[in-house]
Amino acid sequence: MKPSPRTLVLFAVLALLAAVPTLAAAFNQPFYLDLFRRIMIFAIAAASLNLILGYGGMVSFGHAAYLGIGAYAVGVLAHHGIHNGWLQWAVAIGGSALVALVIGAVSIRTSGIYFIMITLAFTQMLYYMGISIEEYGGDDGIRVAKLSQFEGLIDLANPTAFYYVVLALLAVVLLLVHRLVNSRFGMVIRAAKSNDARTRAIGFSPYPYRLAAFVIAGAICGLAGALLVNQTAYLTPEFMNWTRSGELMFMVILGGIGTTAGPLFGAAALLLLEDLLQGWSLLPKLVHNFWQFYLGIVLVLVVLFAKRGLAGLLRGSKDGADG
Amino acid sequence: MILIIEQILNGLQLGVMLFLMAAGLTLVFGIMNLVNLAHGALYMVGAYLATYFFQATGSFVLGVALALAGTLAVGILTELVALRTLYERDHLDQVLATFGLILIFNELIAMLWGRAAIYSALPEYLQGHLEIAAGLRYPLYRLLIIVVGLAVAAALWYVVVRTRLGMLIRAGASNRTMVAALGINIRLLYTVVFGFGAALAGLAGIMAGPIYAVQPGMGELVLIQVFVVIVVGGIGSIRGALAGALIVGLVDTLGRAFLKPFLATVTTPTAADAAGPALASMLIYLLMAVVLALRPEGLFASRG
Amino acid sequence: MLLHKAVLAGLVAGLFAAAPALSQQKVKIGFITTLSGPQGVIGNDMRNSVELALDHLGRKMAGLPVEIIYGDDQVKPDVGKQVADEMLKKHQVNFVSGVIWSNVMLAVSPTVTGAGTLMVGTNAGPNQLAGKDCNERHFTTSWQNDQTPEAMGKYMQEAGINDVYVMAPNYAAGKDMLNGFKRYYKGRIVDEVFTRLGQTDYQAELSQLRAKNPKAVFVFYPGGMGISFLRQYSEAGLRGQFPLYSVYTVDELSIPAVKHAALGQLETRYWSPDLKNPANQKFVGDYQKKHGRPPSFYGAQSYDGMMLIDSAVRAVKGNLADQKGMIAAMRKADFNSTRGKFSYNTNHHPIQNFYLLKAVAGPSGKDPVMEIQKTVFANHRDSFYKECAMKW
Repeated sequence: MKPSPRTLVLFAVLALLAAVPTLAAAFNQPFYLDLFRRIMIFAIAAASLNLILGYGGMVSFGHAAYLGIGAYAVGVLAHHGIHNGWLQWAVAIGGSALVALVIGAVSIRTSGIYFIMITLAFTQMLYYMGISIEEYGGDDGIRVAKLSQFEGLIDLANPTAFYYVVLALLAVVLLLVHRLVNSRFGMVIRAAKSNDARTRAIGFSPYPYRLAAFVIAGAICGLAGALLVNQTAYLTPEFMNWTRSGELMFMVILGGIGTTAGPLFGAAALLLLEDLLQGWSLLPKLVHNFWQFYLGIVLVLVVLFAKRGLAGLLRGSKDGADG
Repeated sequence: MILIIEQILNGLQLGVMLFLMAAGLTLVFGIMNLVNLAHGALYMVGAYLATYFFQATGSFVLGVALALAGTLAVGILTELVALRTLYERDHLDQVLATFGLILIFNELIAMLWGRAAIYSALPEYLQGHLEIAAGLRYPLYRLLIIVVGLAVAAALWYVVVRTRLGMLIRAGASNRTMVAALGINIRLLYTVVFGFGAALAGLAGIMAGPIYAVQPGMGELVLIQVFVVIVVGGIGSIRGALAGALIVGLVDTLGRAFLKPFLATVTTPTAADAAGPALASMLIYLLMAVVLALRPEGLFASRG
Repeated sequence: MLLHKAVLAGLVAGLFAAAPALSQQKVKIGFITTLSGPQGVIGNDMRNSVELALDHLGRKMAGLPVEIIYGDDQVKPDVGKQVADEMLKKHQVNFVSGVIWSNVMLAVSPTVTGAGTLMVGTNAGPNQLAGKDCNERHFTTSWQNDQTPEAMGKYMQEAGINDVYVMAPNYAAGKDMLNGFKRYYKGRIVDEVFTRLGQTDYQAELSQLRAKNPKAVFVFYPGGMGISFLRQYSEAGLRGQFPLYSVYTVDELSIPAVKHAALGQLETRYWSPDLKNPANQKFVGDYQKKHGRPPSFYGAQSYDGMMLIDSAVRAVKGNLADQKGMIAAMRKADFNSTRGKFSYNTNHHPIQNFYLLKAVAGPSGKDPVMEIQKTVFANHRDSFYKECAMKW
């Protein structure tokens, strides 16, 4: 089976990402290692959102909550002297899954606009809780002095090693999501998205499937949160701000919803665009000072006219979820 | 006792402000099935225009009228240019496109008026207090807000229940296709409804100007509370918007005022000190979660 | 399809190449602040002041041209850290300065000092960086956060004011303000009310306040919250009833939005536009001429930040590799600060005066202005320097 253009570009991008550390060293620009690593972490978060939003049609405005929970799991354990990476990340994933189960159980009973609002509300609750807990700095946050420790295996303090860990995890997540949506489980989710009534008519109750997808998405995003707090070496409730949920949604749509490669393209596009609009000193003052204006215009135009996103520019495979 | 009455009055006033915002938004949600995150932007536009026109003309009333007209114009323009294409789209597209609109509006305002908050004047005759009961002096302006809000609620009720336009709105909320099939110009109806909603949001912004900070991004602070109101009240229902707004306004106000003292009676003062404010911030979200758990369509859902 | 790959490769290569070449002949300063959103008004003031300082210096320090790079932290610690990373690794700056918010500072400062670069903070003064996490590469030209409410606490204690009602937003800075206040104020506090962060309507809290009937009210409401609170306090008729004291609530940036509602407000601060010393008169005068309004304290601190850096560069005669020399020079605080003479404590935070300021009517019907009433603290040290291990 000949791979589609979209798949080929995805592999090319992944290969390029693998080459970034070497290129960064060659050009003496270590900053780009950090930048691309950050892009990949958000790509993992966006991929998890794509699972429920792109394929499942569940517009969750509260997805940033899981970034926060994953981050807090690592940060809080580190604060209390527990630095074992395996344990921290397991708690991050497990904790996020648990919270997703609770939030999902209540929210998925609703649909449409109600679902959007209630997921937003839950995130706000968690955000205000995070601000109130003084022990962990409240909104001041706390520094994570020692990163997740993986004794003898990997030292995350080594930027290149950390980079490759994230890259590997990204590849695993993308593959996982791809397999999931092409499985029988995924078929039900996608069917329920396009026609809920008919799905029920043929005997599937979407609720448990949706809930399962919601929990899986939460867990993956929790992992992204654990990675993010290691990247920033700082824990803050700002990870759970509702505007961050909006950013994640933008990455998904910018990249192309319902595609495997979309989240990665979208995360790269948004973060690079932000960096460019703010940083490029060649841009006129008018753009510099009001860069969010131009970002807003780009976003509206993409939604109105380029709905299928960056991945949509490439032809996807006929059989399979991309399309 | 006086304090409790005063707080109830405060809750009513907050509720009424929320109602003005919620009424427009719930109509748009209900009739056009459009999630409009940029509703807060229209509120901001109303506040800025009122400030500007009051300063330019020297007359508060004229300023309000011009601001209302201006917000209506901005609303209709936005609908024609950006939102028309979104009616057919799914909620995700609507959320994202209107999120982009928020950025555009905030920055436009910042380009025109700067990022600093501006001063929104309150005319002399609206300052001062009224002694409504023994020992209870209430700000005149706040009372005005309650009166205006209730008047608008009554007017909306009249329009929706007693006029042909209202009938079309109710019909459109229940079955859009049928209404179109009956030969009604749905596009025009949508524009009218959106304009209504924009004017209501603008009115809320106009009233908010003299008491809240008028700055870019002011809409988002109120927007989330408005969402809670609509969800609690039921989407598409004006009655729901009013009920939801009053409930949220009262719960939030009474929570902020009395939750900590109440907690102090059941637990230690230090625990109450810590938990009280945190719980009070989350109270309206908890309320929403409870309502949705019991009635997923809200209290007065208009659609079956 | 090959075209896509080529374009992508070209883009990536272009990004790397677009970075400016290393140059040893310039003084490169990275300035991190908030330039977007409503708080961008503060960042604007800081940037204006930095530009003014550089203009006053002739855009040179010890004969070397100065290149300033601004970064926007969007009020987010992780974005602030990324901006700092970019300044350190991509632009390879010699100094990082600025930072409004404590949580951003707590993420940025260790990044900068950990990379071996000097950090000159010009606003946020979280107690960790003044105490146990103090670092020889971190200096601040503003204050330690708690100092300002401490001054208010001392004033109210000495004035014998009792029955104080305290209000602040429910977040870390709000709690810090209250702690600082209580360190020096030993009188009776009627109630401590923490409101929701970003709250716009305070009517409920004002009703509670009136019912409690305190003798004075002390609040901390920065930014838009302060504007809303002040308007509502004034319109509720409470101005005449209960004297209002505050910190970081009324300043040159918020006065234009509240106007007469600010009249009579009492605040404590280490600086005021009417402070009479040559450096300040020049700074305020030129700022007023250029921008049509007085600068804020955020601006004064940022102006001083540039002057501090200049004093260090001059002391080592432009040899930026001599960091020890620059640190030694900065410790002397040997420059003309807008606040007059001050010295550095062992934790690189200023030992300075604090004054009681009052908002009085401006000249001929213009906006109110802040004026110094008296000195509350002379040479006040912050409360955390003993936890700092540095000795020199």
